[in-house]
Amino acid sequence: MAPGDGAGRHTEERVNYTFDFGAILQHSDLLLDGAWTTLVLAFWATISGFLMGTLCAVGATSGPRWLRAILIGYVEVARNTPLLIQSYFLIFGLASAGVRLPIMVGAVIALVVNVTAYTAEVMRAGIESVRKGQLEAAECLGLSRFQIFMNIILRPAMERVYPSLASLFVLLMLGSSVLSAVGVEELFGTSNRVQSLTYRNFETFIVLGGFYLALTVLMRFVFWALGLVLFPRQRKLGTAL
Amino acid sequence: MSPIVEMRELRKSFGAVDVLKGVTFDVERGQVAAIIGQSGSGKSTALRCIDHLEKINGGELTVCGHALHTDKPDLAALRKDVGIVFQGYNLFPHLTVGQNITMAPKLVHRRSRKEADEIGREMIAKVGLADRWDYYPEQLSGGQQQRVAIARSLAMQPKLMLFDEVTSALDPKLTGEVLRVMEKLASEGMTMILVTHEMQFARNVADKVIYMRDGRVHEMGGPEILSQPSTPELADFVNEEF
Amino acid sequence: MNMNFLLLLLDGLKGTVILSLLTFLVGGTAGFIVALSRLSPFAPLRIAAQLWTQVVQGIPLLVIMGIVYFGPAIYGIFAVPPLIAATIAMAIWASAYLGEIWYGCLRSVNKPQWEAAECLGLTRWQRMSRVILPQALRLAIPPTVGFMVIIVKNTSISSLVVGYAELSYNAKVINNSSFEPFLYFGLAGLFYFLVCYPLSVQARALERKLNVANR
Ligand SMILES: Nc1ncnc2c1ncn2[C@@H]1O[C@H](COP(=O)(O)OP(=O)(O)O)[C@@H](O)[C@H]1O
Ligand SMILES: [Mg+2]
Repeated sequence: MAPGDGAGRHTEERVNYTFDFGAILQHSDLLLDGAWTTLVLAFWATISGFLMGTLCAVGATSGPRWLRAILIGYVEVARNTPLLIQSYFLIFGLASAGVRLPIMVGAVIALVVNVTAYTAEVMRAGIESVRKGQLEAAECLGLSRFQIFMNIILRPAMERVYPSLASLFVLLMLGSSVLSAVGVEELFGTSNRVQSLTYRNFETFIVLGGFYLALTVLMRFVFWALGLVLFPRQRKLGTAL
Repeated sequence: MSPIVEMRELRKSFGAVDVLKGVTFDVERGQVAAIIGQSGSGKSTALRCIDHLEKINGGELTVCGHALHTDKPDLAALRKDVGIVFQGYNLFPHLTVGQNITMAPKLVHRRSRKEADEIGREMIAKVGLADRWDYYPEQLSGGQQQRVAIARSLAMQPKLMLFDEVTSALDPKLTGEVLRVMEKLASEGMTMILVTHEMQFARNVADKVIYMRDGRVHEMGGPEILSQPSTPELADFVNEEF
Repeated sequence: MNMNFLLLLLDGLKGTVILSLLTFLVGGTAGFIVALSRLSPFAPLRIAAQLWTQVVQGIPLLVIMGIVYFGPAIYGIFAVPPLIAATIAMAIWASAYLGEIWYGCLRSVNKPQWEAAECLGLTRWQRMSRVILPQALRLAIPPTVGFMVIIVKNTSISSLVVGYAELSYNAKVINNSSFEPFLYFGLAGLFYFLVCYPLSVQARALERKLNVANR
């Protein structure tokens, strides 16, 4: 909608605007559907982003030189271009090449490509924070390379970067609103429909903000609770590793 | 019976720098050997070669029957036989004392949780910290952390223990408690090689003293060489240290 | 490749840069106020700043854009120019994040420094401007440069609600008539990269320098 359009229609309301949130909440089923889609998107993108980001971080810290170059290149490109352009490029690009994916699949792919790069960067910092003496001690105790990686590198690295990871995944959930631009009916995407049903633009966005705020609080709570389970040291001592 | 450690003309260099220029010594089963010498003389490097933390460049080295001068030494077997304790403790900060000690028995020896706990409790009692089983490393003093590190190595039931300046980061009181643990180990017949600056301790506990200087063994003998050194260099060194 | 399209992309890049700079100026000013408010001795101000930070960080920039764009209609203002609306929305969003970053920097100036400044009998304002701020500034530069990258990237969505024409919008317009998404979105991506990557590199270098200096 262009700025000028609404002017005529709303003239009477100019002096005394009355809020009508009821009109929006009549469509709360639409909004709840959207919120659910946003959560599903965020869930899959978080899980796969974490796994692939960790793999990338491992490759970028201890892989062969060519692999390191590729991974670092990918991370830099993904981190220095907007998610919107990445989604356009992937989704419209693939479509033009004749690859027609279900829109949700395309959306998850775009999100994962994006969030994997950020996760890789965070995990890399975590992995590099493990001191050499730790590795030597584990090696001398006879642990295998894989055991060392899982127990001596990954666990403390995760404990150290966990707060950053949690913020990252909340930002990912908020950022997924951008995917409405490629036609995903997630929470933000439903706003168009609600607006056209109610003509209540302002209230729509206020309610939308409330929904996102609730999702943010929910995700933060889940990450907090998960942290308590995953990191007993943190729970007991309350200090950073 | 052949010695636990047989080192012959061992050479090691880092890039162009020759650090070990032909080091030869033996350590017999049940012996306690103390390596002394100025800092930079190659003591740590020699010790690290014994646990294959450094790959050797020349000479021969056999540790607990494992030849380390071959192309592919059996490191898994070597590490089951040798324990090492570092100056910086290197406890795993995210694990409790108990978990630090029982991890390797569980993962490497495939012991059940119960067995590993039994061994671990025995070892933590041996270093006098039975009541700290559930503590995290950061809750312990330096001396306590070092004793946990010793217990962690002992839990793998090694045939040979290596100690690299394990008390250098500790103040005198804490040093004492760690040295007492090592003394007890020696009296129980553990084969030990220790790099140390504690001359008094070396004189009391060591069966063999190896004085290194500039990447070579400069003088070697029983603990009496500390009181009657035959080279002027060792005499000077002993004078400075006491 | 069509020359007109390239010019259109460059024109979009100009829009991106303008909006980024405005956001940094306005959002930076607001963020500075947020950061200072969080250190205020006046509790309601502190709480308000904290609340602002939490709420703004809990909703997407797109929603903020919607609120800012349609909000003035309540007062009968319907024709907010897109650049103004986009700048206000992005400034609100940036103020929460920059406020948080700078608050962290102010806080991490050593406690002894705060106490020493207090003992010297300086007024609160003197303490802040002469002792704390100069030190916090050193800490703040690397993460601030890093955040500029995020600002530039996030300008890309200011066409979606508000209709401000910048690089992404122009790329989309071009794609609608050229149907060459790989080429034109690729080029748009390249332009973003050319702006953002040097900033990222700079932020990292500054941070390394700071870490070395603090060791
Ligand atoms: N990893 C390494 N890379 C390069 N030089 C090293 C390395 N480790 C030790 N050195 C050098 O080898 C020499 C002997 O070191 P070290 O064995 O640690 O001596 P000491 O333990 O007797 O003090 C020193 O000059 C040291 O700088
Ligand atoms: Mg040394």
